[in-house]
Amino acid sequence: MSQFNGADGGFQFDLLERNERLKEKGYQVPVARKTGTTIVGLVFRDGVVLGADTRATSDTTVFDKNCEKIHYIAPNIYCCGAGTAADTENTTALVSSQLELHRLNSGRESRVTTALTLLKRMLFRYQGYVSAALVLGGVDFYGPHLYTVYPHGSTDRLPFVTMGSGSLAAMSVFESKYMDDMSREEAEKLVYEAISAGIYNDLGSGGNVDLCVITRGQTEYLRGYAKENERKFRKPQGYSFPIGTTSILSSRFERSFVPTPFVSDPENSSTMAVD
Amino acid sequence: MWKESSVVATMASLQRPDFMPYQNNGGTVVAIGGEDYCIVSATTRLGLGFAIPTRNVCRYSILNNRVVLATAGMFADTATLHKVIKARVKIYEEQQDKPFGLHSAAQLLSNTLYYRRFFPYYTFNVLGGLDEDGQGFVYGFDAIGSGEKVKVVCNGTGQALIQPILDNQVEKKQQYENKQITKLSLQEAVDLIKDVFTSAGERDIYTGDAIDICIITKEKGVLVETFQLKQD
Repeated sequence: MSQFNGADGGFQFDLLERNERLKEKGYQVPVARKTGTTIVGLVFRDGVVLGADTRATSDTTVFDKNCEKIHYIAPNIYCCGAGTAADTENTTALVSSQLELHRLNSGRESRVTTALTLLKRMLFRYQGYVSAALVLGGVDFYGPHLYTVYPHGSTDRLPFVTMGSGSLAAMSVFESKYMDDMSREEAEKLVYEAISAGIYNDLGSGGNVDLCVITRGQTEYLRGYAKENERKFRKPQGYSFPIGTTSILSSRFERSFVPTPFVSDPENSSTMAVD
Repeated sequence: MWKESSVVATMASLQRPDFMPYQNNGGTVVAIGGEDYCIVSATTRLGLGFAIPTRNVCRYSILNNRVVLATAGMFADTATLHKVIKARVKIYEEQQDKPFGLHSAAQLLSNTLYYRRFFPYYTFNVLGGLDEDGQGFVYGFDAIGSGEKVKVVCNGTGQALIQPILDNQVEKKQQYENKQITKLSLQEAVDLIKDVFTSAGERDIYTGDAIDICIITKEKGVLVETFQLKQD
């Protein structure tokens, strides 16, 4: 079988049988990076606000202190992702690509419900093995929309939602302070508070607060809306290593390759790439 | 047709549900022994899974004015172990009318841990203090009492992040030709401890909130200082 037989779409499974055999022989299966996460969404008077923390963890180690968890879907639609990092990134990128083609074909703005259907169909097809837990938000022809999508493909449509390991901390903030018809400023502040609750009370979440405010005809991605967890202390004298700290066991000198400077040909200068 | 053995197995699991005596509360402890001082420090965050039940627990015990014990691992076992050790030290000091020495404390701790060889205290200890000559030394132990007398040690969830830096900066490991090797002063050692804990707090989710730093000197006994780490 050709290794390109996945060209008609979907994942390739041709290594599955081999890997099962290897597992029986005691080889360790590599683990995917799961992002312990706090992600939230909130509908307000003129649109939706999405929020996320920026910590990516693998077991008890922080892999990325400032990662992006609010993914682009369309100019008027964004999506927060929790779960396995690779799954959230690829799922949102795939749907984003499908919607872009749809826009080019139809000449119309993408609708949130279209993105929702594409996401839930894909996740349902893979029976929860694509572990992406999403908060989808956007503003389209019909107004603001906010949804959650679970890894198995079920969805909810609600005025305020939370997801990830910090979802309980964030939801307790929403449940105590949410009001219908909030202003943009009130909504931003409430989302910031909900994400902060996750950052401080959930060990899987941390770092900065990212926001994305989507209103009719305008999207503002506020990367680093709050940065309360910068490093606080450094040793005053720093660390220095005098030359000779590492002993030189032997040395040998060689003339290194000196590239000749590139001279552009004025005749064909338009076709030359100068780097 | 069912087998009798499967029924026995089912019955056994019904009668005796899974016994889970241990939990991991995380935490990191560091100790440095200097020429005329010793520093013992421990984080104050108590973690459990992805939750933080408490941000301010005390992981150290001052055994007397020249010996301090600090412990990472399961906090319930930490509390029990410290209670036992402190009681034994007190009894000794009352009966013998002399202070419990650092090396004696290390032996007592090792025996106490090994006594639970097949149902261990889930604790990772460091013991620091001044010996009879007033020189700083520290001991690091595993959960069942294997220990070693060293100049610098780290135990707990941040160990893999912190120990290599301490080896390099305190013991000058890997600095083969460094002609300017000097012993760390007390202030330099305290700054180093603050720095390595701050760094570990960046990458280990169980290290955070604050650290207690116990500074042991002959003149002033044990002084305790608290230093804030990140809360996220």
